[in-house]
Amino acid sequence: MPGNMVTSEFLVNVDHERCRRCKRCILNCGFGVFDFQNMTTADSSKCVACHRCVVFCPEEAITITRNPLAFREHPSWDVDKRKAIWKQAQTPGMILTGMGNDLPWLNVFDHLLIDACQVTNPSIDPLREPMELRTYLGRKPDSLKVERDDGKFKLDSKVANNIKLDIPIMFSGMSYGSVSLNTHRALAIAAEELGTVMNTGEGGLHKELYPYRDHIIVQCASGRFGVHSEYLNAGVAVEIKVGQGAKPGIGGHLPGEKIGKEVSSTRMIPQGTDALSPAPHHDIYSIEDLRQLIYALKEATGYKPVSVKIAAVHNVAAIASGIARAGADIIYLDGFRGGTGASPAVVRDHVGIPVEIALAVVDQQLRSEGIRNWVSIIAAGGIRSSADVVKAIALGADAVGIGTAALIAMGCRLCQKCYTGNCSWGIATQRPELTGRLDPDWGAERLINLVNSWSLEVKEVLGALGVNAVESLRGNRERLRALGLDESTMDILDVKPAGR
Amino acid sequence: MAKSAQKKARSVTLDATGQYYREMNTEVRELARDGCDEIVLDGINGQRYIADGLVEKVRIVINGVPGNDLGAFMDGPTVIVNDNAQDGVGNTMNSGKIVIRGHAGDVIGYGMRGGKVFVKGNVGYRVGIHMKSYQDQVPIVVAGGRAGDFFGEYMAGGLLVLLGLGDGEGAVAGNYLGTGMHGGTIYVRGEITEHQLGSEVREFPLCADDVKMLADLLAEFASDVEVDLSGVEPDQFKKLQPFSHRPYGNLYCY
Repeated sequence: MPGNMVTSEFLVNVDHERCRRCKRCILNCGFGVFDFQNMTTADSSKCVACHRCVVFCPEEAITITRNPLAFREHPSWDVDKRKAIWKQAQTPGMILTGMGNDLPWLNVFDHLLIDACQVTNPSIDPLREPMELRTYLGRKPDSLKVERDDGKFKLDSKVANNIKLDIPIMFSGMSYGSVSLNTHRALAIAAEELGTVMNTGEGGLHKELYPYRDHIIVQCASGRFGVHSEYLNAGVAVEIKVGQGAKPGIGGHLPGEKIGKEVSSTRMIPQGTDALSPAPHHDIYSIEDLRQLIYALKEATGYKPVSVKIAAVHNVAAIASGIARAGADIIYLDGFRGGTGASPAVVRDHVGIPVEIALAVVDQQLRSEGIRNWVSIIAAGGIRSSADVVKAIALGADAVGIGTAALIAMGCRLCQKCYTGNCSWGIATQRPELTGRLDPDWGAERLINLVNSWSLEVKEVLGALGVNAVESLRGNRERLRALGLDESTMDILDVKPAGR
Repeated sequence: MAKSAQKKARSVTLDATGQYYREMNTEVRELARDGCDEIVLDGINGQRYIADGLVEKVRIVINGVPGNDLGAFMDGPTVIVNDNAQDGVGNTMNSGKIVIRGHAGDVIGYGMRGGKVFVKGNVGYRVGIHMKSYQDQVPIVVAGGRAGDFFGEYMAGGLLVLLGLGDGEGAVAGNYLGTGMHGGTIYVRGEITEHQLGSEVREFPLCADDVKMLADLLAEFASDVEVDLSGVEPDQFKKLQPFSHRPYGNLYCY
């Protein structure tokens, strides 16, 4: 009987005339594709198309192609479904995957168009005029009392602590454990340089990164890994992670293989044990319980802003209202396209809703209740470009979070094998020979370049819209039009069709 | 000969009758930071978050029933409650000690990583969920009475001890005992039937180290919660442990 019925996804071809047998491909492949027996040989069945070998081959001797093997076409039994069945018939278990949803669901961002000024109101040239991207995250007061004291004006209201961002883009939570320490270093360096924040994810914060405290949001998730008083105070805010867009409603599971010495000491769990994050926080079964944890964290941190991260799910508007009323300062909405280090494919691909929709309904709900100023909204899980940033802000986001985009900037090729720990780019791995490949300064430089590029583009679009501050676009859906969306989706988004 | 004069121990008593928790906790925090050795809180009636995130080695005596999340994220203090306590005691606590000379509510010691929580009487549901140990930090929760469902669920490390004293019939703990447990040990004195246990947990025989450890712990517990433990012997306990440290190792295919 055949041992493995799943045929190779990709074919690796080495051009032996060009190959000068330097063996760099063997060293670079984290998945063990290459071998050398008189000449370079490749085991295509192990290839994940991460392109590490291709990029590092000095002779451009390696090509990777999709296996052209023909399958008899069947509209409902596409090849991936058949392959999944072969895998599960061979080894029982849930199919595990990494990164974001890869099914071709409708992308609402790609059906939204941005307005611009023509003739009747002038656009603004961002090269000549200042454009304000600065954003403050946190609770804003319902009203401000100003006192006049001896001819001087003085603020007489107590304002809650806010986080200052120079740009409305932050780095999403990715835990140390799922990604390497060098990845965390790069994110921290870039966040400081850009005047924004990185988020620790749920794996704690390595001691070495405590100096970046003004640019870090620390996360407190159901597993409470690495959570202690000093850690909670090691950032500008604390985030309670209730859910993640890639895997709403389920917990996390970092396999023991990824828990080496440094991850162990940061998470404060023994080496080699599985790090299991329960699906719910067992001290949160209600909005009242959430309020209790929010205020416990505020008490423990001298009333720093508390963010609550939830996956975008069907009833998200009512949940967000509860979160705002529970005393959160920030609601972090993670859409169903958000990335993950490991998730069952069934959940990643079929659970949750797009962040575009969630964002629109949450913003609308909080406005209708008159409590929109109580919280800032972060939109994440599917932000791929500056256009997505602008559209998210117009739909009601205060800022956006980027995770996958940040990893792609540092070399990630979206091979979706993060859960194997073999990442050849040194990002989603703890293998020392691989993690050393990501130079934190190099990674930070690329993150800074990316985010600065997006900032330029956002400013350019704001100028075209005739506004000079990101604040003027926030929740301004009149500046969006839909192309190719159905009536009810446009109604939910509160966006008119193009031409109206 | 130590020349330096011993710093005089400083004890401050606050009357918290009717006081809002935020103001009271701010006062407690400031006193602890100023190096106060003992803070006595009188008139406590449901104030939440007492000693949350405190890292000083201060002793806090609570007269009255404190509110939820007593000692959450706490890292050092000793808290004595001369009454019952509510839910969330010792939530994600890192070190220190909480002694409750009465009953306590649900979710005691959730995600706790170090220190001790001693409860003289009964505890509610979901006690000791996801407790974990790290190096020399071994969290310990001891309850003198009985416990509700989900005792030690998801437990990854540390010790849970249930004495089963007091009134009540039948099993001393509820169902789903140790469900998903993959580390640590639960010691239960009293009736437990097979169907109550999570599928990852099994009874193991007590060894000499267990008996010695339990004897020391019971003596400390008795003295702290002020209870007479004559008749309670270490060899009366059942020792429950997970038989796999990787209960979910075979969940996935790639």
